[in-house]
Amino acid sequence: MIRLENLTIGYGSRILVEKADAVIRRGTLTALLGRNGTGKSTLLRAIAGMERIMAGDILIGETPVGEYTPARMALTVATVTTERIRIADLRCRDVVALGRAPYTNWIGRMQAADADIVTEALATVGMAGYADRTMDRMSDGECQRIMIARALAQQTPVILLDEPTAFLDMPNRYELCTLLARLAHDGNKCILFSTHELDIALNMCDDIALIAPPRLFLQDAGAMVRSGHIEKLFAAESVAFDPVTRSVVVKR
Amino acid sequence: MKSRTTILFIAFTAAVTALFAADVAVGSVSIPLGEVWAAITGAECDPATAKIVREIRLMKAVAALIAGSALAVSGLQMQTLFRNPLAGPYVLGVSSGASLGVALFILGAPVLGFAGNAWLASLGIAGAAWIGAAATLAAVAAVSTRIKDIMVILILGMMISSGVSAIVQILQYLSAEEALKSFVVWTMGSLGDVTSAQLALLLPAVAAGAALGIAAIKPLNMLLLGESYARSMGLDLRRARMTILLSTTLLAGSVTAFCGPIGFIGLAMPHVARTIFRNADHRTLMPATALTGAASLLLCDMTAKLLALPVNSITALLGIPIVVWVVVRNRNIA
Repeated sequence: MIRLENLTIGYGSRILVEKADAVIRRGTLTALLGRNGTGKSTLLRAIAGMERIMAGDILIGETPVGEYTPARMALTVATVTTERIRIADLRCRDVVALGRAPYTNWIGRMQAADADIVTEALATVGMAGYADRTMDRMSDGECQRIMIARALAQQTPVILLDEPTAFLDMPNRYELCTLLARLAHDGNKCILFSTHELDIALNMCDDIALIAPPRLFLQDAGAMVRSGHIEKLFAAESVAFDPVTRSVVVKR
Repeated sequence: MKSRTTILFIAFTAAVTALFAADVAVGSVSIPLGEVWAAITGAECDPATAKIVREIRLMKAVAALIAGSALAVSGLQMQTLFRNPLAGPYVLGVSSGASLGVALFILGAPVLGFAGNAWLASLGIAGAAWIGAAATLAAVAAVSTRIKDIMVILILGMMISSGVSAIVQILQYLSAEEALKSFVVWTMGSLGDVTSAQLALLLPAVAAGAALGIAAIKPLNMLLLGESYARSMGLDLRRARMTILLSTTLLAGSVTAFCGPIGFIGLAMPHVARTIFRNADHRTLMPATALTGAASLLLCDMTAKLLALPVNSITALLGIPIVVWVVVRNRNIA
């Protein structure tokens, strides 16, 4: 679904990822790993067509992202950013309904079909009971689900999420990833999300994309564990990665 | 939910109509509502009263109605665009730009030595103010096409605005007492000097601004989630920004040109509308804000007339408590 061809991204003279080749498949949940400042968000934004590509190309379907108009991109890629959105006086149903913006007319009039899609999106993320509540009085986990429902309502084959687990507690992180896996498998979507949760990524995702500057590796989770890339990446003075338990251990 | 909104719209429309009638009736000479009605409909009444109502009072009330709704709607647009509850129509320098235009016209002409210029004289205060406001916003808009971050645009707008204000101060410092006084009177804001010829200019400009504002309703709703979300949903950010900035120039710029800088309506009234209608959707909020703005400025105009004070001080005294309340309430939530 998403194909990186000899892709180089970065800012100015600073190269983050160089000459990356990878295919992110449809019907697959892919986690994007990498340390802080290695270009995870930049890569996600580049795929969404919001960041300049230094060299190479990103193809979604058969088309390079540079050739997408904003309107067409909105029908192909939905995004969930790290921004915490809390709008008073806007009900969850209306927030999710904004995801229908690429389909509605000039003033955003919702048809019956649009309203059904919004209801269904809320039900899919388990937030049907929150439709008439406002986000300013909800927890981070609940708000995150509403923003995912908004992305679902956009009905795109690709969904990109930038650190969706960041503000969540442990049970919520696992539940969120279960939800994303279900959406990818049952909905045949191509879902890519960046995260720092090694255990969640390795245990719950199909594929792992890993940025080890300036290279990017993409393999299925099992192969990634065996490859040794993770050990190298997280090698630091005080911690190490244990491939048997698939977790980080503190060195003594 | 739907019915509550409908009832509120009916109530607000009725309130604006009543305030409009009252505004026509109130003044240095109060005119009973019956006679106001007779004068407007052309029924038989005292010719002097008919003249006052038709030629003076009606103009003022229409000006208050248009100015109030235009300023409030442009304030709403700025608050959504900059995602800042304290943004108003003047954050990008509409007011200071207009002041510069007027200052150059009233104060600058003698200082710069072209006082007798017939072309400048015919331009009038309103024209000078409009050109000043439009030029300032054009500068901000030109900068905004090259800058990604909306907060940078806000800061640049405020800096341009402060720079322009400094020039105005220099002009004030250098000018003669009499010219200074007429400038200061303009800065106090007035709905009284709007003539029917000016109204004929104000109306189409505000109507064009309103049309652009209505076209911006969907973009504004998308911008509630911030620029990157709006863009991911297919919004052309540059076009949306330009539409909203142009709409604000036409709405607030024109009103400022003809009525002087009227403060706080644009800043405070969107919050009043949000609180009462409890709906951030601009399809409801924009007309609600327009009605709230119109009602508030009619009320302020009446008060100003009754107490014989400049309208700007009344809008400030009404608006400041509202703004303080907004800040305190936002603090409590966060």
